[in-house]
Amino acid sequence: MSFFEAKNITVSFGGIKALNNVSFKVNKGEVFTIIGPNGAGKSTLFNVISRIYQPQSGEVIFENKNLLNSHAHNIIKDGIARTFQNLELFENATVLQNLLLGRHIYKRSNFLSDLFFLPSVKVSEKEQRLKVEEVIDFLNLQHYRDTPIHGLPYGIRKNVELARALSTEPKLLLLDEPSSGLTNEETIDLGFWIKDIQSLLNITVIMIEHDMSFVHKVSDRILALNYGEILAEGLPSEIQSNKEVKKAYMGE
Amino acid sequence: MRFIFKTNYTQDINIVRHNGDRISYGLLIISMLLIPLFIDDFYLGEFSYVMILAIAGIGLMILSGYTGLASLGHAAFLGVGAYTHAFLLTHGIPFYFSIVIAIVVSFTVGAVIGFPILRLTGMYLAIATLALGFIAEHVFIRWNFFTGGNRGMEVPTPELGNFSFYDSSTFYYVCLASLIISMLVAINILRSPTGRAFVAIRDSEIASQSLGINLAYYKSLSFAISAGFTGLAGALLAHYIGYLAPDIFNIFFSLTLLLLIVVGGMGSLHGTIFGAIFVGFLPQLIAIGRDYLPNSIGSQPGLEPLLFGLILVFFILYEPLGIYGRWVKIKMFFQLFPTYKKQTFKKQKTFTKSDRV
Repeated sequence: MSFFEAKNITVSFGGIKALNNVSFKVNKGEVFTIIGPNGAGKSTLFNVISRIYQPQSGEVIFENKNLLNSHAHNIIKDGIARTFQNLELFENATVLQNLLLGRHIYKRSNFLSDLFFLPSVKVSEKEQRLKVEEVIDFLNLQHYRDTPIHGLPYGIRKNVELARALSTEPKLLLLDEPSSGLTNEETIDLGFWIKDIQSLLNITVIMIEHDMSFVHKVSDRILALNYGEILAEGLPSEIQSNKEVKKAYMGE
Repeated sequence: MRFIFKTNYTQDINIVRHNGDRISYGLLIISMLLIPLFIDDFYLGEFSYVMILAIAGIGLMILSGYTGLASLGHAAFLGVGAYTHAFLLTHGIPFYFSIVIAIVVSFTVGAVIGFPILRLTGMYLAIATLALGFIAEHVFIRWNFFTGGNRGMEVPTPELGNFSFYDSSTFYYVCLASLIISMLVAINILRSPTGRAFVAIRDSEIASQSLGINLAYYKSLSFAISAGFTGLAGALLAHYIGYLAPDIFNIFFSLTLLLLIVVGGMGSLHGTIFGAIFVGFLPQLIAIGRDYLPNSIGSQPGLEPLLFGLILVFFILYEPLGIYGRWVKIKMFFQLFPTYKKQTFKKQKTFTKSDRV
């Protein structure tokens, strides 16, 4: 059994097929990148995996479990965290609060103990904080801990979103265009971090990305989509020389 | 300017952030305790009313200010709390039990109503809660057995040990204690995972969902907690009014609560106090102001709603963060003097929210 598998996924919005019979497998520990022109269905695919969209047909199997039977808020408990293309941070909260929200599934309190902030809540909160601090150190966010998100530059926000996903201690990380809007230097840093996430934290990464040089640097395998269908799948070097992919990106 | 040197994670968890807080809030509580010695019964009653409004404000603030769900029918829960409390008191249940039951009943009603209604968002939710307010008002009119219908219902005056509610300072202290406890509970909720989940839902539903926050559960919980606070306020309000009639809990009261949290400052507990003071004393100010205005304006009957509306509009236009927002700015001005820059509080314009999901 493979680590993660999407089987024959079809999603249509009215007459438009956003995804048509898409199947692929991801092995444990690899960085798997999905590329494709605008409107190819990449983000739709992510939204299917995180259960925001309901596919018309198909299965999403993660560690022998069909995710389509889970509710959107339970996907994280299965070990899948994600980031968003256009940032979905909690704008009016501080970086620390955002990251602590990443620990929501690990909290050991209910609303009754929260009402009185019993000692057990305090203990649980400190444990979550400890884990959050590890992520802060990993992504160099120490400086911004108490800053509200709306006061941060775009590049840092992107980082915070990655940090929030990492604080959930996922097994599989979905990154939706992690390098869009970043400066050159920030993209290089991101490349190192993704490598570290893969090798140090042992997290499998599925990533949607447009920056080809970045894609070739960090990916183990690549899947190319166009108009909801698979164009090609393979090693970076194979995709680079694939005629179909070139045609989709640059025309004839 | 104060710089807090943090050496321990509990410093981010504790309610008291530094010694300055201890001094200022300590002085505030002491002066609140001493007030009955210095002012007469009428103004003591007004103070109690302001504190009742503040408790209801905390309730609505948790729902609207922190969870981002509008409610135009919160007077309904004031009514639920008030009638339950009055009903139980007339049937001989002691004050303390009765008030706790009133809170629990309001909480439960909030949870039951909240669960279906909170599937709606934005404008539709506002309309649904508006309808809830009207329905509740009609229930209070028709349910004779429980509410006394249009005839109304007298609220018994309980004795607490040697103290009677006929004494306005007793009532003042009961309100003060309720407000302090409500405030502490609200702070506890907001600094715990539950409160963080509320804020998360307000700022991005889709991200909260993908972090494992069950939207239906937390929205209903927020509605229920909010209803619980408002129910407590309702129970105290019953004593303040003394005689319950269904038309007290009308749309205008709901809007007053909304005005309270907007003027006070959305998303801050300080705001509920500022807002309550404002909303509670404004009618008095208007009444006093009438005497000084020319007769043609001063004797107009619609003066109060007009001013309420105007003030709401001006706040939304010029100080969306309310009185608390202004307070923070003034404080910052003195802390940074003379280097304060107006731009500090200017929100960055962002264009990334355009295509969600």
